[in-house]
This record gives sequence, structure tokens and C-alpha cells, in this order.
Amino acid sequence: MQGLKKASGIALFLATLLILIVGFQKAMVAPVDAQQGEVYRIFYYHVPSAISALCFPYINLIGALGYLYFRRKDEIKAAAWDALALAGAEITTVYCTIGLVTGSLWGRVAWGIWWTWDERLTTFLLLWLLYVSYLLLRRFSPPGQTSTLASVLSVFAAVDVPIVYYSIRWFRTQHPSPVFGGGDGAGLDKSMYPAFLWNLAGWFLWGCVMIGFRLISARRERLAELQEAI
Amino acid sequence: MNYLRTVWLHLEKELRLEFRSRDALMGMLFFTLLIVVVFSLAFDPTSQPTLARQIAGGLLWVGLLFASTTALNQSWSREMRNGVLDAQRMSPSPPSALFLGKALANFLFVTIVEVILAPIFFIFFNLHILGQASMLLALLPLGTWAIVVNGTFFAALGLRARSRELLLPLILFPIALPALLAMISAATGILTGEAEPQSALRILGIYDTVYTTVSLLLFETILSAE
Repeated sequence: MQGLKKASGIALFLATLLILIVGFQKAMVAPVDAQQGEVYRIFYYHVPSAISALCFPYINLIGALGYLYFRRKDEIKAAAWDALALAGAEITTVYCTIGLVTGSLWGRVAWGIWWTWDERLTTFLLLWLLYVSYLLLRRFSPPGQTSTLASVLSVFAAVDVPIVYYSIRWFRTQHPSPVFGGGDGAGLDKSMYPAFLWNLAGWFLWGCVMIGFRLISARRERLAELQEAI
Repeated sequence: MNYLRTVWLHLEKELRLEFRSRDALMGMLFFTLLIVVVFSLAFDPTSQPTLARQIAGGLLWVGLLFASTTALNQSWSREMRNGVLDAQRMSPSPPSALFLGKALANFLFVTIVEVILAPIFFIFFNLHILGQASMLLALLPLGTWAIVVNGTFFAALGLRARSRELLLPLILFPIALPALLAMISAATGILTGEAEPQSALRILGIYDTVYTTVSLLLFETILSAE
């Protein structure tokens, strides 16, 4: 059973690498954007990491809710759920950072500025700040309470994510209106879809694999702490 | 004993304690006043009335946010003395009533600070409201509650943490930023008359409702965390 899990983990890892290689190739041969030229290709990395960064907070939330549910019933299970929450928060922070940095690089070329206090950029920065503050709370809180307090904060942070997401529709904005479901002029050219979808799948899976690895190591740490406490 | 009565008892206790010492009120008043003075010195608002109108909304809320974080920590550390918090934990009354009573008390204190300092603020920044002034009556309570409800909750959350004075702003500000954004854009809209504050007020309303609910539901968890 353990061997099977390990084998499927390795298989998923290799498949993700393969998808990323295909995605890279597709992104580099996709047609040039009529208005932006070659620089638009960063879009294939920026948008998948930004979309993933909006999904992974929910992994953190699921972990936190799982922890809150099990914390009185089964300490071992609770530790695993808490490890999932921690892994989710860390990978969210990493993906948010990638989204912010790639967006900033693109903004320098397309807008002529590295950063602008447009609502979508601001709210994405807020998402990053939220999960950094979550990781900080884990560092500061007293041992023994860390998981509970962090889980509670994670619920608060997850509630913030939809507010963050919808704010682009509430405030006027400089960010390109959403490419998907954004009304007139939205949508990708058909020839760009394969490159985009391969990269989206690749980077999303890469995030999941990383969460998996971190989950395993964080769970070991938690279990070792529990052992020590006994 | 029903729920509202318990909330009222907690609120009454907070008010009585506060009006005996008046520590939090005096501290917040003077702190906010100092921030207003520091900002006035930095920007010289009398010579630039347009700039003053555009930044005043932000400065007011930033000052109040800083001032409330100083007071919010105090409001819980009072409970640590003589093991009051452990007594609260063992009492049969619902824990969320304790939270609600404290949040309402803090809300009243911050509102008092606003009522006293708003005229001073208007004088120092030489402000004339160009938009709908009546909207301020909706904005101030909604904005104050947004700061206070999360602030009270996170002050309780960080109560037993290392360096909790530092921890509160670290976790409160990121969560409060969407609300702060809405508060500032509504205040600037009212002061300059260039934008309608309604949509920002709606966001604040949603924010307040959502976070009040979440805080009430989760307060028991953090009170009994060990």
C-alpha cells in the first residue's frame, strides 16, 4: 500500500514535468500577439500561477476546517489536516509571489511602470499579505495553540479571497478586464488555447505536487512534536 | 439567562471599568490627535486644500486604525489579570456573548473618539465637504465596526502569543485592508464629491456582516484553544 502510494506520487510528479515541458514548447511556438508582440508570452506563466494562487487558499481552508473538526476527536488525523493547511498556505504564498513578479515584469513593458495601485493588483497583493500573516502567526503563536489559532485565521483569510476576487468588478480598474467571462473583446484567440491550457494544467499540477511533498514533511514534523509531548 | 442579557452584562461591565479608569479613551484620543498633528505638519493642508481633501479620508482612517490597535490589546490584557479569562472559560454563558459585549464596548469607545476628534480634524485640515455629508453617518459606524469586530477578535486570538503587541497589527491589517480600502474610497468620495460612496458602503456592509458572523462562530474555538 505504501509502495503503491509512493509509485503513484512519482508517476504524478513525472507526468507534471512532462506537461510542463509540453506547455513550455507550446508557449514558445504559439503565434505572436498582434498588439503586444513577444512579451505577451509571460501571460502563459502569469495567468496560470495567478489562477492557481486563487485556488490553493481553499486547500488551506479545507485543511483548517479538517483540523477544527478532528482536533478533539483524533490528534493524529488533526495533525495531518493541519499539515495540509500549512502546505496550502506556503504554496499559495509562493504562487502569489510568482504571479506578482511576472505581472510586474509584464507591466514594465506594457504599461511602462512596475507597479500601479490598480484594484486587482492591490487585492492580489492583499492575498499575498494575508498568507504571509498566516505564516507569521504560526511562528509567533504559543506552542500547542499554533494549529488552532492558525486554523481560525485561515477561515478569516479564505473569506477574504472572494472579496478580493470580486473587487475587480466593483471598482474601476487598469488591469486588463478578465480574459475569461469578461464581456466584449474578452477571450483568447483559438490558436493560443493549447499553450494556455497546457501551462494551466502543468503549473496547477506542479503546485499540487509541491503541496503533496510539503504535506508529507509537515505531517512528519507534527507527528514528531506529538511524540515528544507524550 | 438569555443571550442578549448576557451580552448586556458584559457590555455594562466593560463600560463601568472604562469609565472608572478612562485609560483606553484617553490613550486613543491623544494618540489619534498626535497622528492628525503629525500628518498636518507633514502635508501643510491649509496651503493645498485640494490635496488635503483627497488624502484626509485616508489619514483619518489610518489614525483611527492605529489608535484602536493600541486600545484593543489593553481591553483583553485586563482579562488576563487574576485569571479572569479562565473564569470566563468555565462559566456556562455563551463565549460569543463575551466577545460581542467587548466588541460593542470597543465600538462605543472608538465612536466617542471619532465624535470628539472629527471637528478638530476638519479644522486642522481646513476641510469643506463637497459631497453628500449625510453619508458620513453611514460610513463612520460601518467603518468603525469593521475595524473593531476583527480587532477585538484578533486581540483575543493573539492574547497568549509571544510579543502580542506586535502580532495584532500583523494579522489585523491584512484582513482589514479590503475594508480599509472601501472606507478610504468612500470617505474620499464624500469629501471631494467626485465619486459616489454607495458601492464602497455596500462592500463595507457585506464585509461587516460576513466578519461579524465568522467571529461569533469561531470565538469559542480561540477562547478554549490550548
